[in-house]
Amino acid sequence: MILDHLAISRAAFEAGTGWQIKPEGACRGEVCIPLRNQDANAPTVDVADLAAQMGLPLVHDEALGLWSLGPWSGNDRTLVSAEAPELELPDLDGNLFRLSSLRGQKVLLVAWAPY
Amino acid sequence: MWQELRTELHPLGLEIVTVGIDTVGVDACRPFIEAAAPSHPSLIDTHHVVAERFGVTNIPNGVWIDEEGMIVRPAETSPAPRRAARPAAGPGELPQHMMDIFAESAKFQTDPAAYAAALRDWLANGSSSRYALSPDQVVERSEPRNADAARGQAHFELAAHLEQVGDHASAVPHFREAHRLVPDNFSYKRQAWSLEASVDGPLSRFWQGPAEDDPDAWPYDSDWLSEVRGFGAENYYRPFVP
Repeated sequence: MILDHLAISRAAFEAGTGWQIKPEGACRGEVCIPLRNQDANAPTVDVADLAAQMGLPLVHDEALGLWSLGPWSGNDRTLVSAEAPELELPDLDGNLFRLSSLRGQKVLLVAWAPY
Repeated sequence: MWQELRTELHPLGLEIVTVGIDTVGVDACRPFIEAAAPSHPSLIDTHHVVAERFGVTNIPNGVWIDEEGMIVRPAETSPAPRRAARPAAGPGELPQHMMDIFAESAKFQTDPAAYAAALRDWLANGSSSRYALSPDQVVERSEPRNADAARGQAHFELAAHLEQVGDHASAVPHFREAHRLVPDNFSYKRQAWSLEASVDGPLSRFWQGPAEDDPDAWPYDSDWLSEVRGFGAENYYRPFVP
């Protein structure tokens, strides 16, 4: 996720990373990473602190004033769990589609590229 | 490309969702999608989110997801029933460089019929299909990601973002860093190479290498032809493992 500041709302962090901040820690599927010093009522989270505690890479381009928060790699795999991550993307007309709207059907998700 | 299979398999309970991955986005994907006229959702992913979340490192890649939203096969080569149309040009009209790329591509080994047969088996047999993997197998078989790969992903995402906002010059070093950290990710390379205008016109994004009249302007350490010749075009796609 791309950031131009490091204090962001909990919801933005959760939407951007797929990790939910819960009392037991940062959780995705059945995996939870314990967190210290989290105030459940704070309006914002400190991305640098969360990144350090969770082991997420935080790349800083100082000249541009941008950070890029990378994914978790604690289990040495791209998938944290077999539960399909949410995917919300636009179609050609800009209408957003959520992968989870297809629950109840089998789905073949195919990635391709026009180059 | 996928529409025929969708027409056949949708009545058996399958939906197909295609995701075009390209920082250039809608304009680049539009002609392909309009030509395919899909009746299934066909999405655009300018930030390679599907790659980051599902572990796609080359295309085409497919992920199987069951009715409960559980992945039963992680990202793997998913050969389309038909190959995508290449940029139109008659014999003798294509530069040798493109002929060389097509000659290498022709050596790619995939088995679309076996892949489609596996899909049909899953539709018929659900979780008892030999192709439906357990949750542990799914995670285990998903693409490896160590700390370097995670950091490379962060650089790649930043590069993709900078391309989106039109800052190509700032994007290149982050693409390069992603390539250095995750040398096996061909998707990171093809995306970056496709954005270098080594030739004008419709071949530009497929050129994937230095300009013949100005090779020193190429900002990357490798290119499509050298890389594919290096590892062997027959190894471009990993074989389907039941």
